[in-house]
Order: sequence, then C-alpha cells, then structure tokens
Amino acid sequence: MKKTYKIDVDCANCANKMEVAANKTDGVKEATVNFMTLKMKVEFEDDADPQTVMQEVLKNCKKVEDDCEIFF
Amino acid sequence: MNKKQRNNLIRIIVAAVLLIVLHFVHLDRPIMLVCYMVPYLIVGYDILKKAGKGIVNRQPLDENLLMAIATIGAIALAVYKTGDFTEAVAVMLFYQVGELFQSYAVGKSRRNIGELMDIRPDYANIEEDGELTKVDPDEVEIGTIIIVQPGEKIPIDGIVEEGKASLDTSALTGESVPRSVKEGDEVISGCINTNGVLKIRTTREFDESTASKILDLVENASSRKARSENFISRFARVYTPIVVICAVLLAIVPPIISMAALGIAPNWGTWIYRALTFLVISCPCALVISIPLSFFAGIGGASREGILVKGSNYLEALSKVKTVVMDKTGTLTRGVFEVTGIYPSADSDLSEEEILHLAAHAERHSSHPIAQALRVAFGKEHDGCEVDDVEEIAGHGIRAKVDGKLVCIGNQKMVRLALGNDADVATADIAGTVIHVIVDGKYEGYIIISDVIKETSAEAIRKMREAGVTRQVMLTGDGKAVAEEVGSQLGISEIYSELLPADKVSKVEELLESGKQCLAFVGDGINDAPVLSRADIGIAMGALGSDAAIEAADVVLMDDDPLKIAKAIRISRKCMRIVHENIWFAIGIKVLCLLLCAVGLVGMWAAIFADVGVMVLAVLNAIRTLFV
Repeated sequence: MKKTYKIDVDCANCANKMEVAANKTDGVKEATVNFMTLKMKVEFEDDADPQTVMQEVLKNCKKVEDDCEIFF
Repeated sequence: MNKKQRNNLIRIIVAAVLLIVLHFVHLDRPIMLVCYMVPYLIVGYDILKKAGKGIVNRQPLDENLLMAIATIGAIALAVYKTGDFTEAVAVMLFYQVGELFQSYAVGKSRRNIGELMDIRPDYANIEEDGELTKVDPDEVEIGTIIIVQPGEKIPIDGIVEEGKASLDTSALTGESVPRSVKEGDEVISGCINTNGVLKIRTTREFDESTASKILDLVENASSRKARSENFISRFARVYTPIVVICAVLLAIVPPIISMAALGIAPNWGTWIYRALTFLVISCPCALVISIPLSFFAGIGGASREGILVKGSNYLEALSKVKTVVMDKTGTLTRGVFEVTGIYPSADSDLSEEEILHLAAHAERHSSHPIAQALRVAFGKEHDGCEVDDVEEIAGHGIRAKVDGKLVCIGNQKMVRLALGNDADVATADIAGTVIHVIVDGKYEGYIIISDVIKETSAEAIRKMREAGVTRQVMLTGDGKAVAEEVGSQLGISEIYSELLPADKVSKVEELLESGKQCLAFVGDGINDAPVLSRADIGIAMGALGSDAAIEAADVVLMDDDPLKIAKAIRISRKCMRIVHENIWFAIGIKVLCLLLCAVGLVGMWAAIFADVGVMVLAVLNAIRTLFV
C-alpha cells in the first residue's frame, strides 16, 4: 500500500535525514521524501497498519531532525 | 514569510542590536561574558538544543553540532585569551541569517514552481435543486453532470452535454491558442474555461482524470533522482567526516610541529581558532540545496512548455541525447490521412465508389488513421451492409467479409498474401500510401491515401541538429517511396521503411547497440509503447489523454508539435549546465574558503559570509533553469 503525506521541514539535508529515518522504520517498505513538494511517499509492508507505522516514522524522524512534522 | 521565519527574523534583529550596544561597553571579562551570552542564546538557543538532541540520539556530526562546537570554542578562547566575545555571537548570527535566507528563498522558489504546475482543480460545481453547490471533486461519481463556469478549471475529464466555450489549455500543453469545444466533445481536466458555461458529463473519477495524473507525475518526478543528485548525497556522506578530521589535524599538528621541530611557541589558540573556523564553513548547504532545486526548476520550466519529464534522471539523460529516432506517422506527419485518389484496375468491374465502399466497410472497426480516412471519404458508414469475420493482419492489412464478399485490403504484402507470392501489381508513381483492394480473390484496384507533413517538422529537424543531435533516424511502417519523399522534404537521410511494430523494436535495439550515445525515440504513443520503453528515453507526443503513452514514456509532450523535441533537449541541456555550474561553483568556493582559513587569511565572519553568499548565488542560479 502506498500513501502520500504532507510534511514540514526546513532544509534539504534534513529532508534527506527524514527519508533515511523513515526507511529504517519497521513496516515501511520504501519511503521517499520530496523536499520540493514537501511530501513523503510511503510504501508500507503488506501487513502493516499505516497509522501505527506513521507514528513510529514520525518518532524516528523527530530523533534525527527535531524541527519536522508529518501530517497524517 | 511564515511565522517561524518571522520569529527568527525578530531574534536576529534583537541579537544584532544587543551585539552593537555591547560593542561600546567595556567591563570586566566575567561580566562581559554574561552580557554576551544574552544575544548568543537569543539567536542560537535552538542550534544548541538541536546539537544536544543530536548527541543524545547518537546522530553523526551535523551542522548544528558543528556550529555549537565552533561558537562555544570561540567563547572559550575569548574567556582565556582574547576577551573578544563578539566573534562567537556574530558567527551564530550570520549563520542564522543564512538559514533564514535559505528557508525564505527556497520556500519562495518552491511556491513559484508549484504555481506553474498549478492545474489542480479545487472543487467541482454540481447543480442541486436548481442551485450550484461546490463539492470536493473526489466525491464526484462517473456520469455526474458538473457545471464549469467562465474562468473556472475543468475539474474532471468528461464529455460536453450542453454549451459552447473556448478552452485555455496552456497549463497542460503550453499551447496558447484556445481550443473551442461544443456539445459532444471530449474535454480534459486542467483546461480553463474562458467563456461560456459548460455542462459536462464526467467520464472518469477525479483520481483518474488527466489533471490529477499529470500532477502526480510531475510531483513524483523529483523522487527519481538523477546521477548528479546521488553524487551529492554520496559526496555529503564522505565530506563531513573528512572535514572534521582535517579540522582536528589543523588544531593539533601545526602546534606540535612548531613545538617539537621548530622549537617555537605552539600558538594553540590560533590553530584551534582556525580549526573552529574550518568547521563553521564546512557545511555543504549550497550544494545540497541548489542541485535538487535546479532539477525541480528544470522540470517545472519544462512542464510550463507542455513538456512533462518524469524524473530528474530522464532530464539528465535527455541532455545527453545524440541520436533521435522518430516514428513518421503522427510524429513528423499529422497522422491525418486523406483519400487522394481511387484507381480501379483495368479489368475491374467495380466503380470507384464501390471500391471505396468495400474498403471503408472492411475497416469499420479499426482505429488506424488509414481506416478513419477511408470511412471519412466514404461517409455513409451506416448503410446497412453487414461486416463480419474481420481479421487484422499486422503489417499487411485487413481481411473482412462485407455482404458476403471476402474483401482484403492492405499493402503489397497483402496482395501477395491474398493472391499468391508471385502476384505483383503496378501502381502509378504517386507519393502516398497505397491501399490495394482485393475482392473475392480478384484484384480490383487501389486507393491512394496521403498524410500531410506537419508545418513545423522541417524546422524541428533543423532545431534538433542545432541542439546537438548528431543522428536522426526515421522509422515507418509505410512504403519506401513515401518514406523517402517525406525524408527528403524534412532533411532526414537515415530512413527505415516498411517496418512492422515488432521490427521497430528490433531496429531501435540495433541502433542502441551500434552507438554508445544516448538514444531517444519519439512516437505518438498509440502503438509504439514497446519501443518507447526500450529506448534510452521514450518521448511520447500529443499524448494528452492517452494513458498508455503517458505510462510508457519517460518524457511526454502534451501537444503534437515536433518543435518541442528540440525544446525539451535544450531545456535539459540548460538545466544540466546549471547543475554542473552549481556543483563546481559551490565545491570550488568551499574548498577555497577552507584553504584560506587553514592558512589564516580568512576569519570566521568572512567565512560565514562567503558561505551564505555562495548559497544565495547557487539558489538564484538554480532558478534560472525556469526560464528557457
């Protein structure tokens, strides 16, 4: 399953960090962050629940970049 | 400017004012330290907080940590040696100014580019109890009647039920001439209704509509990263550790050498200061920001011209194109065929009208342009004749039973197939596609159908050459005579004719093997999807509304003007030039600053200044990509 989320982040490098962090989260098959459109596209593992996975993703992103937000 | 940026600006101004005031105050060093800590914390508390969090979360060295180390180091130096606290605060201040500018400039250009691609309709009008209500286009079901008023965007693809209007398609195609539509015409979402009220019966859901699809495509384009972009991420990964190691060496090695080898004072303060400066200016922001921005601007600029590039990697590949292989029909020619002559054979009993009649019926169910031309020329499609057993023989023609008669129509190959291998028929020397008609095994004559070359084709070929395309190849399923005639009119010398769709794929494969350079294939996307995906770059043209073509191609030209091919190549070249400029410029200035700082020619302020300056210039340069 693929979903796109709006994000808020200030710098391109931070967006890259978010992408790496999101990809390391359990339940995420592949995540791409597009800094230019401020969007995060997440492909979930088959048995994952997007809501709970996204909470983890946000937590992990906050670890690498304090100043970020994901709207889900 | 958003709220966060405004807050930062206020912090910067307050800190700057305090700094200036403090400059004229002279007190004891401990008191000065406390005084200077006020503006320092005002302007830099978030950096320190982030740096602390980074350590807690075991993040590798990031710019916040570098800034924290450098400024705290500078304060420590001031406490023990110089007494000049201005340095640390000023560095933090400039850094924040740079960050603010960056976030503002990037945000602004992002919005600018976003507006270019703003074809997303926000609402749809539905009539309920005689009143118009605005609804979310997502909720509109197929077959609903929506109303589009003058000045509004068509939200969903559909068919006009009522009304007449001219549509501005420029957001989709880059074409400025409006298109007029009337009852029964298909309309696509994203067009703007300039006058007149339209009632439209939707034929697709919002998500499946043209505007949504195009938007999706463009927005996702930058997630397919080009090699230059991947280079930047790889570069950043090795760059930071190297800089940190250099800084440490810079702080330790020269003093030890001076002490041990030269026997002079180690001068620890100076070298640690230089090492800190080194760290401060090490951030590769200019690079990290400007490269994706250049690509984004390039893709945005192209989409304004009606050229959709599906990824940064394709933009990069497009700039390297040396060979362009073009399909003839629909690409260089209009693909609108007209019957220009009917020639019954000498021993035929049928009239011209009758030959056309049978041919048109045999092609009743075909969507091929030739079939359409025959039907249009005949004009009495529904005359009650029975057509069955229709069989399309690829590369030959069509065989069908019309009112019980077996009608075979097609090219020379069809004649041989129908009448035996030694059958040969003579035709007059007329440029055009020859359609032979065989009825119940007897050769009855032929019909000439000609295609018209697009007005801009010759110019397009010339422009492509100017843009650096060295080899131009034309492929066509048509006969040799026609192909060569078109080729000579357009100035293409390399022509391969009489190709079946499968032959086109193998021909392109051959060409791919023969040359190492990047090869682009341009087709109208109707039946050349396999070729489109096989070429290094597949360019589909006139693809508005054709999902298969949009799917298969890497670059989509929204209208069918071949001039756009050269334009797409030019845009990609310009974009790549700017990307390379930015890479070398940013790295070059950075290395220069680092060197100057290592030998002590540049202080922290100047270094930060240079850093911000490079970033600003790189961002402005990236924006240049928008204008081609």
